[in-house]
Amino acid sequence: MTEQSAFQIRLEDNVATALQALDPGEVRLLGDSSTPSVEAVTQVPLGHKIALRDIAPGEPILKYGVVIGRSTSEIRKGSWVHLHVMESIYDERSSHLDAVTGAPRDTKYE
Amino acid sequence: MIKPEELSWQGYVRPDGRLGIRNRLLVIYTVKCSEFVADAIVRRSGHPDVELIGFDGCTDNQYAVDLLISMIRHPNVGAVLAVGLGCEYVQPQWLAEIARKEGKPSHWMFIQEVGGTRKAITQGLAWVDEMLKELEHTPRREMFLKDLVIGAECGGSDFTSGLAGNVVVGNFYDLLVDLGGTAIFEEIVEAVGLDQLLISRGADEQAKKEIRYTYDKALDYCRDVRQYSVSPGNFAGGLSTIEEKSMGAVIKSGSRPIQGVIKVSCPPPGSGLWLLDSTPDPYWMQFGITNPNDNEGLMDLISAGAHIVFLVTGRGNVVGSAVSPCIKITGNRDTFVRMEEDMDFDASPVLRGECTQKEQAVELARMVADVASGTPSKSEALGHREYFVPYKYQEKTVAYTKRPCEGS
Repeated sequence: MTEQSAFQIRLEDNVATALQALDPGEVRLLGDSSTPSVEAVTQVPLGHKIALRDIAPGEPILKYGVVIGRSTSEIRKGSWVHLHVMESIYDERSSHLDAVTGAPRDTKYE
Repeated sequence: MIKPEELSWQGYVRPDGRLGIRNRLLVIYTVKCSEFVADAIVRRSGHPDVELIGFDGCTDNQYAVDLLISMIRHPNVGAVLAVGLGCEYVQPQWLAEIARKEGKPSHWMFIQEVGGTRKAITQGLAWVDEMLKELEHTPRREMFLKDLVIGAECGGSDFTSGLAGNVVVGNFYDLLVDLGGTAIFEEIVEAVGLDQLLISRGADEQAKKEIRYTYDKALDYCRDVRQYSVSPGNFAGGLSTIEEKSMGAVIKSGSRPIQGVIKVSCPPPGSGLWLLDSTPDPYWMQFGITNPNDNEGLMDLISAGAHIVFLVTGRGNVVGSAVSPCIKITGNRDTFVRMEEDMDFDASPVLRGECTQKEQAVELARMVADVASGTPSKSEALGHREYFVPYKYQEKTVAYTKRPCEGS
């Protein structure tokens, strides 16, 4: 299996960005990280985020050392972090979008 | 190896003492009806420094006219030919007069008076040929990075933009500002969620006040149209919130203090880092679209005096720009390889741990100096010279007028 990696921007971040599509297993951490790797427990698509520690519901999601949203459910260390488990503090609409395609689900096509 | 502060080249000295890195001859049409003739003059001249810009509407608009004037006054422009039909609102003779007051050779004509398409093209070409010879005698002077104004925006972003492409621009901006140069970033509608961060970077109380008002105005605009600057493709690509996308965009402003907010067509009053507000102002806020396309953003930055503009992309883009060369940067290795004839700078090595962020910023500084010295950027070499002059409404300074959502 080829080595898989993710990029952590700031030390205080609780997520990193997948540099390839990740499968469960060891993920090398590049960038600013205190540990060399994290164990993926779910699949994570390319460019999506992986949790670097357990995150409780309502906790801020940190990337760039900045709050980029908050969790909406229990997030396990090593799992995929996206619309299904987090939401924007500003943009109410985006939390209704499809987690995989990003397509809107609140506009009727009839 | 030569240090960034020692990089130098010969610039073009304008009569008011400002320095340009190109010696363009602008052919400006004042209404769609005169575009064909103006375009024919540019094409037949066959010279890479002869460029076309113009405004399509017959009815004028202060914002659009100010944009045209900002291009005439731009230090990369040496001479101006204004081509009108003869019955439109926008006045070519007044544009030519502004160029003359700047000490730049200018000429204007009405196609109706000259006698039609063929005669207007012949007369325009004769003037252009004569002017190109005259422009060869433009005085030159040594320029350094500290003499440059650089603008940056992003378009067609993917997950690499916020990890590498915009990051290298931010690090270069820090380097440029520390050397005494001028850096401009925009897209305040893409800074939603980052108000405290931006305000805290204001250089003084006035700058903080300007940033706060400009941010609130942009947020009103987003709420008003129930549209934040984030799309299904962004979410599919891994961005989860507008805040996340915002931070990926704002990172390109680097980390230095923000001196204040400037408006479209109004160059910053000093050096350092500036935020350009391109959102329409509250009076007729629906009048004009905030971010119709990437070239509008580039045009806004050039109108503020940018000598060179950066376009950071993840998915790839091919556009260039009139007046100031465009350097296209991507952090996506696949995009860079697939579109190598169009992409200028590969910011992906840092994602593979092959170089440090600082090394990459210095490498970008070298590319900037190379393009400033006359080496065409990729889009420039291919002949890309896009421009975009829309109808819009904007004050010329931060106006603090009551916002539509205030108190509601």
